Amino acid sequence: MAEFALPANSKIGTGKSWPKSADAGKTKTFKVYRWNPDDGENPKVDTFEVDLDSCGPMVLDALIKIKNEIDPTLTFRRSCREGVCGSCAMNIDGTNTLACTKYLSEIGGEVKVYPLPHLPVVKDLVPDLTQVYAQYASIEPWLKSETPAPERERPQSPEERAKLDGLWECILCFSCSTSCPSYWWNGDRYLGPAILLQAYRWIADSRDEATGERLDQLEDPFRLYRCHTIMNCTKTCPKNLNPAKAIAEIKKLMVERKG
Amino acid sequence: MSLRSPLGKVRGLGSAKDGTGHWWAQRLSALALIPLTLWFCVAVVSLSGADHAAVAAWAGSPVVAGLLILLIAATFYHAYLGVQVVIEDYVHQEGLKIAGLLLVKGASVVLALTGILSVLLLLFERA
Repeated sequence: MAEFALPANSKIGTGKSWPKSADAGKTKTFKVYRWNPDDGENPKVDTFEVDLDSCGPMVLDALIKIKNEIDPTLTFRRSCREGVCGSCAMNIDGTNTLACTKYLSEIGGEVKVYPLPHLPVVKDLVPDLTQVYAQYASIEPWLKSETPAPERERPQSPEERAKLDGLWECILCFSCSTSCPSYWWNGDRYLGPAILLQAYRWIADSRDEATGERLDQLEDPFRLYRCHTIMNCTKTCPKNLNPAKAIAEIKKLMVERKG
Repeated sequence: MSLRSPLGKVRGLGSAKDGTGHWWAQRLSALALIPLTLWFCVAVVSLSGADHAAVAAWAGSPVVAGLLILLIAATFYHAYLGVQVVIEDYVHQEGLKIAGLLLVKGASVVLALTGILSVLLLLFERA
């Protein structure tokens, strides 16, 4: 049956409230999800007051400031701080996005920061990505070709290359997959928008010779057809890509090859 | 608890190589229902106030009866395809899922047959 009862650890309590420092100027309130696997307690939301006068413009700047100056135990992933590594994807102000490219000025009132929805949490804002990475591996995201490798590069016409635009830019932050209700309910079998966009990236590649096998692997009521065009993926993508369109293109090819 | 590798879990039972027919049928039946439903609504409104004999005479023409049968078949086929997806989405207990799918399939067939046979009854009553 559908699960109506929430799993353990779903009830989020009120956590610690850190006072603002005496010399702080203009401050912004941050409500940050905290969960520690070691203390046996339910998750809590901590409140931080961040001095905007000495803080960079992005949400990630504020999180780093909190970790450096207020609570060093705050745990989150981050690396490139310029929207190309995909590490700092989290739910900010109710939307999945990258902390490093989300302006503080875009958020009115308190800044609510939670981990990506519906994934197991490792600690605080760090989700467990084991399953999405395995799903990524399952689509075999590399060029497959039986034609002997040419001495130089594999040529591609400008039109063929253009088909990869809007696909190659994906940084695998999984903001889209974790915003998708279908992925929430059936993520164990449905591949989700991020992986399907990646699958289409190889299907659309003119140099790849395994298009049919790739489509075979996707043709499944759950792997592909759990997509109900909800469009949360496209709405939330911090790189302004369109996973829903990539999925639609896969579905079109499925019909096309039938006859 | 399972010690199966993440990749093993994700690959699971493999691709069913199925689902395209369902997806395409859902879209085609939706498309067919647009003109059929509009036609039916206009017809019913224009028949408002008519007595049983007038309605029976209208439905007794082969063209109207044919369209009515198409409308009924497309409606229940489309409804079944849609509810099937809802059940597959939300019901995760295998036994309950199969029972629900069979129940909805049975109900759709019974309701569609009831409607179609009623149309045929009107058609042959007149002949």
